[in-house]
Amino acid sequence: MAFEIIESCVNCWACEPLCPNKAIYEAKPHFLIDPDKCNECAGDFEESQCVSICPIEGAILNELGEALNPPGSLTGIPPAKFAELVARQKAA
Amino acid sequence: MELPVLNNVAPDAGGCSAGSCGSTDDQMGHLPEHIREKVFNHPCYSEEAHHYFARMHVAVAPACNIQCHYCNRKYDCANESRPGVVSELHHPVQAVKKVLAVAATIPQMTVLGIAGPGDPLANPERTFETFRMLSEQAPDIKLCVSTNGLSLPEHVDELTKYNIDHVTITINCVDPEVGAKIYPWIFWKNKRIKGREGAAILIEQQQKGLEMLVARGILVKVNSVLIPGVNDKHLAEVSKIVKAKGAFLHNVMPLISEAEHGTFYGMTGQRGPTNEELQILQDECSGDMNMMRHCRQCRADAVGLLGEDRGDEFTMDKIDAMDINYPEAMKMRAEVHAAINEELESKRIARENKVQLVSIEGLKVNKPETRPVLMAIATKGGGIINEHFGHASEFLIYEASSIGVRFIGHRKTVAYCEGGDTCGDDESALDKSLKALSGCEVVLCSKIGFEPWGPLEAAGIQPNGEYAMEPIEDAILAVYEEMRTNGKLDAKPAEQQKVA
Ligand code: SF4
Ligand code: SF4
Repeated sequence: MAFEIIESCVNCWACEPLCPNKAIYEAKPHFLIDPDKCNECAGDFEESQCVSICPIEGAILNELGEALNPPGSLTGIPPAKFAELVARQKAA
Repeated sequence: MELPVLNNVAPDAGGCSAGSCGSTDDQMGHLPEHIREKVFNHPCYSEEAHHYFARMHVAVAPACNIQCHYCNRKYDCANESRPGVVSELHHPVQAVKKVLAVAATIPQMTVLGIAGPGDPLANPERTFETFRMLSEQAPDIKLCVSTNGLSLPEHVDELTKYNIDHVTITINCVDPEVGAKIYPWIFWKNKRIKGREGAAILIEQQQKGLEMLVARGILVKVNSVLIPGVNDKHLAEVSKIVKAKGAFLHNVMPLISEAEHGTFYGMTGQRGPTNEELQILQDECSGDMNMMRHCRQCRADAVGLLGEDRGDEFTMDKIDAMDINYPEAMKMRAEVHAAINEELESKRIARENKVQLVSIEGLKVNKPETRPVLMAIATKGGGIINEHFGHASEFLIYEASSIGVRFIGHRKTVAYCEGGDTCGDDESALDKSLKALSGCEVVLCSKIGFEPWGPLEAAGIQPNGEYAMEPIEDAILAVYEEMRTNGKLDAKPAEQQKVA
């Protein structure tokens, strides 16, 4: 049982001090979770702390590789709109 | 017709020529003495001081505990100049090194702020370590901090320890219904709380924090972002409440919202306010309290005088190569500060004498009431008209009326003339200037080229280069007089053309 931080992490440090198991550490190019230490906050908090504060949709995944904060869930921006912006920026 | 009320926020010389107005036009005139003293040489609060003193921000606080619809943490790009966006993140030790280097090089630097890119109080260890080291090593630097207010109450006592006498709280609403349209979520007591419930907690904490700071004698400024259709009708009430609780200044800033920023507002087509909308709101609120109209929304890691950024001189590798002896630098700084204060004081005295003169003249000539006129000024500072129209990157906007001249605010543009023979070729830049000047009938500058003249006149804005190097208020009064004599004040101004 462990979560994973992936490359969309913006290194904002918000999650790191909250982890009850000190599983999160600064790394290049982005923060990482030590899978041996992370217990998904079971027994410590009702909500997984890193997932609850992370501002970036899709930055933290569960063991199945699913985004714990899926697109649109935090910003309210419709995912299709966001995809449009990303495509435009790639083209530019 | 209602008489326009003179607010006393005019920078530099003679903003107030009405006989009923007090002895000074200093924008701090209405404040109690102990507060005036605190803000006298604070470049963010005193329009006059920001020509002489500088501030800087360091980015030590990356984490945030709320989400605002005008922010996207993903799009933190170096081209940005929105507040809260930073390109270089510092650890406290680096930040202190940078502050000492800047303070030793730019003795005018008197204020250090921590403002982001996240929320300083969501990063209390980093923020307070920076403040602690600076209080010890550079006692001649004032400290200030900006916060969304969520964690403010729990940190107020810590703040008082480090002698932090300026706190800015961003308060966009006092009603959770409005708040739910601005803040999608907050992180509170180990949970993410969405919607109205989250907004209600945030509002409660902001108000509590404001009260606690005031009770401890810490100066509080309130910033609000004006979001048309969301909180525009609501901000006058915000202004009333925060003033009643003791905030000494309320600064209304326009929403900056572009699709490229990737923010909720940007992506959903929420527009920012027009210059007119911003001004109307600032006028509405200024009856209630002193508004800061010269805020240029400097970026969070800016270095230099307001509206200026010398950050490139102080990158970490350049700082590492510098050898700073701060105790020595502090002596030099004290001398520079003393000289500036002397100059400010003598200017103040000269101005008081002048205001009295104008008041007497104003009483003598009982002029009929005429309509107010907006005028734009191109200036490099110092209270005189000394900037070429094409070089201006911003205009100061004043309103002249039958009872005097008052400062309205700044409007940004881009300098379209970089010198040389390309001057005036860039259509879009001139368009931008025209847009910035909307509502103005006159633009005063030290010089103006041939190209912009026609488009300006066509847009109903009279260019005027006749008052080069003259004091701003004197020139405005003279032009207003001219307009009166020419009968231009009798009728309503010609409908201005829409400038795309
Ligand atoms: S889920 Fe909990 S234990 Fe796992 S990394 Fe996040 S905060 Fe730490
Ligand atoms: S909160 Fe999210 S974006 Fe910030 S460091 Fe942690 S994983 Fe990265």
